[in-house]
Formats: sequence, structure tokens, C-alpha cells
Amino acid sequence: MTDQNLQAAVSAGVMSAESEHRALLQSIVEVARAIFSAKAASIFLHDEEADELVFEAVAGEGSDSLIGTRFPSSTGVGGWVLVTRQPLIIDDLEQDPRHSRETAESTGYVPKAMMSVPLLHDERALGVLNVLDRSKEIEFSLGQMDLLGLFANQAAIALDLLQRARHARAVLNESGGDAGVIARIASALEDLDEEQREPVLRLLAALDDVLRADVPF
Amino acid sequence: MAQPQQQPERYTGESLPAWSLPAAASAEIGIGVEWPERVTRDWALGGSTGAGIRVCILDSGVQPDHPLVGALEGAVALRKTEDGEIVVEDDTEGDLCGHGTACAGIVRSLAPDCRLFSVRVLGAGFKGSGSVLLEGLRWAIGQGFDVINMSLSTTKKQFSGLLHELADSAYFRRTVLVASAHNMPVESYPWRFSSVISVGSHEEADPLTFFYNPSPPVEFFARGVNVEVAWIGSARIRSSGNSFATPHMSGICTLILAKHPELTPFQLKSVLYLTASNVGGAK
Repeated sequence: MTDQNLQAAVSAGVMSAESEHRALLQSIVEVARAIFSAKAASIFLHDEEADELVFEAVAGEGSDSLIGTRFPSSTGVGGWVLVTRQPLIIDDLEQDPRHSRETAESTGYVPKAMMSVPLLHDERALGVLNVLDRSKEIEFSLGQMDLLGLFANQAAIALDLLQRARHARAVLNESGGDAGVIARIASALEDLDEEQREPVLRLLAALDDVLRADVPF
Repeated sequence: MAQPQQQPERYTGESLPAWSLPAAASAEIGIGVEWPERVTRDWALGGSTGAGIRVCILDSGVQPDHPLVGALEGAVALRKTEDGEIVVEDDTEGDLCGHGTACAGIVRSLAPDCRLFSVRVLGAGFKGSGSVLLEGLRWAIGQGFDVINMSLSTTKKQFSGLLHELADSAYFRRTVLVASAHNMPVESYPWRFSSVISVGSHEEADPLTFFYNPSPPVEFFARGVNVEVAWIGSARIRSSGNSFATPHMSGICTLILAKHPELTPFQLKSVLYLTASNVGGAK
């Protein structure tokens, strides 16, 4: 197989992986919404670069238009859940004037109640799962919190896979025929924390210098 | 309004005397207070209003004039500068989320005469929050607060060692650290450390009902479901989560410490055990 063929094959795999992971996220919010008889359920991805929360999947109210919409992650209930890694269940949310205004402006839908849970994978908080306006006939219990946690685990795995697929595609787009090796290195780098990443990046930069310098051995 | 001392005191380690007890010194370590044969709720906290106990809410800030919170004795915010330095400043923004106000209101509802302080470690620019959380805790321990409420945690392993050191430092300096347990199957800190009082939720409505958990790492369960809490905009909302069980336990600790200020964190935990609703608290 030529390098070009290999790249095309890997690219096709990555592309289809993204759409499948997206479908999985969508399925998770659909089921979450159904289980809690809720008006809506959504998954936000945390875009670390921009420090924003991005709608990745929505079921119910607003589902047509919200995908890709961004919010600053520095304030509000979603931001708090993301940073503190603690789930939060809030009722009577309309009494929070700031929340109502900001949410109405950005989504056109103001929930009265919200269950918000962080999406945790290893050490990272990848995003937030929200269930809005669950049925009033379902009184909140700790059993529901556990159920929400189970959904969150599933969503976190799907979100992690989606992020990896996107990263791999970006690497493929930017690289030449050796994309497979580069994609594997990039994926491993992604799993390192800041402290571990720095020496590896230095090593790669040095390797890059050596390769560019055409040093005779 | 009395402000806490502004310069953070750096924890640089305990002094290291020889840890031994010569015969001649044994009389000098007598325990000042005689515990009753049966430690009851009434002995532990009956009649207490939390007067004089300094409680720190390490969170998203506190709305200072909220009717359910009352007077704040001090409020600071930690911020990471562009150079990466973390600075402690007077907090002029209050609460950016609502959560810190909710925690403060719960402590106040249980211990109306306690002295409340806010240390904001969350807010604009959540990035790098692990190091801000760590510095906020270090600063709060340096202030010698009696109780620090931490309804938050970090999953970053790189911070666990330092957090552990800080939690032990608080324990030895008589600052009681009350921390939310995680109710999802993930490793997070500092609630897993034995030097803190870790708290999960129960579903009962009585704010003074708490249970000892004989299967740690979570040590106690307090009220955390359907709690009416203070929220920003002088609002009141109903909310659930371990992060609201934690200030209930902080409030109970505050009541006990106001009545028995001589208690060390170890002794306080013992009193909590003996007066837990599933141990001797119902008697």
C-alpha cells in the first residue's frame, strides 16, 4: 500500500469514527431525556483552548439549532460543575435572574430545573451533561443521581473518543505519508499532563531539528 | 468589617521537636475537659449558636448582603496573573455562580452566630483552577480558620500530594477541613484523605441528622437532597448534591466547636461519631 493509500484509509476510518461517536452522544442524550421524562438533555464539550463550553448533542427543546453554540465556561452552573467536578441538581432555577437572562438570550429556552453532572475521563473534565426540566412527577432522589452518574460515564467515554477522532483527523490533515505514526504519537501526547508533556515536546522538537539539519552520521 | 490578614502565610512544614513524653511531663498534658460517660447531642452542641467560630467558605465567592447569609467578616479572591503568579485580593465581585452563597447560607442557618469568611477560588478564568484551589486552601489554613468548607474537589493527581500535605497541616493546626465526597466512581481529592471530614448526602429533611459511615472513605452523610438554599440575586432555590451536605456538616462542626473550643480535629471526629444519628445521636 502506498503512503497516499494508507493516509486515505486512515482518514476514512477517522472520518467515520467521528460520525459514529456523534451518533452515540446523541443516543445518550435521547435516552437520558426519556428516562427522566425531561424537556431536554444536552452534552457540552469543554474547548480548553477557547475556555468555552460547546453544545455537542441536544435532545428535545432547542435540538435543531444549538449544536455548535458556545458559552463562556467561566460563570454559571455549568462552569461550576466543570471546574469542581461535582454534580449539582437545582430546582426553581427561574429564581436565578442572571441564569434565566443569559440562557434565554443564548438558547431561547429557560429551564426551571436542571441536573448537571461533569463528564470525567481519567483526570480530565471533558464537559458537562445537563438534563433540563425532568418530569415533576419524579421526585429527586439519590438513586436518580446515581443514574445520572452512569449516563455521565458513558457520555464521557463517547466524548473522549470523539475528541481523539477529531485530533487524529487534524493530524492527518496536516501531515504527509507518515501520518499513522504521527497520529499515534499525538494521541499518546494528549494523555499526558502538562508536566509530562513538556519534556516529550522538547524531545520531539530536538528530533525535528535533527531531521531538518541533515546531519551526516 | 474585620478583614482576614491579607498576606498569605506559607506553610513551610512543622517544627520538629523530639516526639516523646518524659515521665515528668506526663502531668502537663492533662485534658482540660472531662467528657461525660455518655457523649450526647445535648452535651455536644445543645444551646450552641456557633458564636465566635471562624468559618471559611472556599468556593465561588459569597453574596455578602444575602438575607440568608448575613454579615460576612471578610472576603478575598485568588487570581492568576498573566505571569502565572497567584495573588490574593479583596473580593469585590461576590459570587459568580451562586454555589458559595448557598454553602454560606446553610452554615449560617445552623450556626447563626458564627463568623463567616469567603475565599473565592473559582470565577472568571477557570483555567488553572487546580493551582488556584491549592493556593486558596494554603492561604485559608494560614489564616487559622476554625472550619474550612470545601464543597469541591480536583481529579488532577498532580495536586494530590500537595493537597494531602495541606490537609494534614490543617489537621495538626486545629483547622477542621470539611470536604465533599464524590458520588461518581472517580478518584478525586481532598475528600479521600483521612485528615479531613468527608461528607456524602442522605435523603432525610432534618438538617441536624447525620450518619457515620462504617465503610469509609466517606465518613459522614448529611442532608443533601432538596435543600432550600440561598442563591445569587438574593434568591432562594431548591438544590441537591453532596456539595450541600458538606456545609451542613460544617455547620454541625461549628456548633460543637463553639461549645467545646478545646477540641482537636481528632476529638471533634470522635464527638461526631458518638453523636451521629446511627450511633448515639438519637439518644
